[in-house]
Amino acid sequence: MLNRSHDAAASMSMTLAEKILARASGRQRVRPGDIVTCGVDLAMMHDSSGPRRLAPMLEELGVDVWDPGKTVVITDHFVGESDALSVQIQELTRNWAGERRLRGYHEAQGICHVVLPERGHLRPGMFVVGGDSHSTTGGAFGCFMTGLGATDMAGVLATGSTWMRVPETLRVRVDGILDDGVAAKDIVLFLCHEIGINGAGYMAAEYTGSGVTAMAMDERMVLANMAVELGAKCGIVAPDDTTCDWLAGVGVDVDDADDWQSDADATVARDITIDAAGLTPQVAAPHSPENSAPVDTHTGTAIDQAYIGACTGAKLDDLRMVARIVDGRRVADGVRFFVAPASLRIADQAEREGTLESLRASGATILHSACGACIGLGPARLGAGEVGISSSSRNFQGRMGDPSSQTYLSSPYTVAASALAGCIADPRGYL
Amino acid sequence: MNAPGRAWVYGDDINTDLLAPAAYLKGSMEDLASHCLEDLDADFAACAREGDVFVAGENLGIGSSREQAPQALQILGIRTVLAKSFGRIFYRNALNLGMPTLVCPHADRIRSGDRLRVDAAAGVVHNLSTGEDLACESLPDHLLEMVSDGGLIPHLKKKLV
Ligand code: SF4
Repeated sequence: MLNRSHDAAASMSMTLAEKILARASGRQRVRPGDIVTCGVDLAMMHDSSGPRRLAPMLEELGVDVWDPGKTVVITDHFVGESDALSVQIQELTRNWAGERRLRGYHEAQGICHVVLPERGHLRPGMFVVGGDSHSTTGGAFGCFMTGLGATDMAGVLATGSTWMRVPETLRVRVDGILDDGVAAKDIVLFLCHEIGINGAGYMAAEYTGSGVTAMAMDERMVLANMAVELGAKCGIVAPDDTTCDWLAGVGVDVDDADDWQSDADATVARDITIDAAGLTPQVAAPHSPENSAPVDTHTGTAIDQAYIGACTGAKLDDLRMVARIVDGRRVADGVRFFVAPASLRIADQAEREGTLESLRASGATILHSACGACIGLGPARLGAGEVGISSSSRNFQGRMGDPSSQTYLSSPYTVAASALAGCIADPRGYL
Repeated sequence: MNAPGRAWVYGDDINTDLLAPAAYLKGSMEDLASHCLEDLDADFAACAREGDVFVAGENLGIGSSREQAPQALQILGIRTVLAKSFGRIFYRNALNLGMPTLVCPHADRIRSGDRLRVDAAAGVVHNLSTGEDLACESLPDHLLEMVSDGGLIPHLKKKLV
């Protein structure tokens, strides 16, 4: 009897990702492997994969956006570029958005994954699709948010729904508190090395544990953002007081956070536990995030450029990490140091509190709040044979510049310390 | 079943930046396609022909969501994509474009230049050069139907009228 009732309870338990997909597909419960059709609560797209590619497909289908009130367009990829094609793409995007009463159109306000929550578009329990792989970032707010390509997005805009294979869950437990000078980025780089670049392929990566509970939203966003580097369909953190306080700050009141938690006895496919206190700063060598190793493997490697940017590594807390390292110091001779704050709001706040001033005083050049060098555009593009260290998420060959350039990835702390040293350096010596 | 095509075989971790370099994303698809894989194999874009089969190892198409990655392959004539495993967005994108895209656990038994006949519905690759048949994971029915309609847009067109 006891056993049976336990089984019955277990068969009803679900992970957070499963609960959201069950709700979005109108089912009582879903199991990993089920293929379900989900109603989309919000569709987000940017200037590269958005209207310029979708509009012709919608025209061919003879339909328009199913629900402009659930559609958000944010320009970030070709922002700050002044060539004719970029200007043309901005114009097309602006006009397309202008012709529809969209829930949001945010032009040149920052990188989509950061602007989306900042403008109050996300809340726990939502099923959200984004026309960009790092759409997993939204999972930091307790959403199931995943990336789709352009044709898939056209299908969503035409019908308001899309199919999903319900993912198994990989549970990453972060136990304890990170040492000073070690950040969420180090956790996720460590994971890339531990399980490989597609090690969570098709799965939901749920981050839990005391180390995650202790993290501010900016840091949780890094974990969710780079879930895609693990191959995951989504990265997710269950909402708690930190989530609700942050959302209240952008005008989103949450009263159902308790509904959006994994059941304690839910089945997960894999458990990984990370001892936060034992973790050292990590650096990923070219040309893959999975080439991560403790920073001392690479200390002393000379660099031409240090870059703080992208949806991954240029939020307010990231800029504050950099300021803690560089305040009152100067960047090494011969090193270019670029900082592209992830959004205008972040840049504003960093300006007001003096963070940007301290970065400038150290020799940093502040760039547009856009994707920029993360996709090899703008003044921080790496030249032939150059070596860079970056707080962004991908160091694939040629991504950040010339195919012969080399990009190392690390936390903002480590990028900043390396800028000062002129070579890859352990930030813990600069705190 | 597709007519036989020549195999182009590559290794693991072929990412979307290699398939569709960001520097050419703003321009025409034809121009972008001419730079497909140029950092890995300068011959590919110039020599791929209509009906060829793209074969890769683990994690084909990891990285960006850019649909231009499978679309570049399609423009160069690739009609079928086989890999041991895929980045999930690339997998969806390629199917949405109407390309049979199959998980083929033994893709490493195929050599560049082999002539392959791919039966997507049955989930089998016939290697006409070696006589070997390789099993693939079969596509779920809804995806098979979408691919046989020519991709998501033609499929939706049929359903929306
Ligand atoms: S900053 Fe980089 S990773 Fe983030 S959305 Fe832009 S291109 Fe993608």
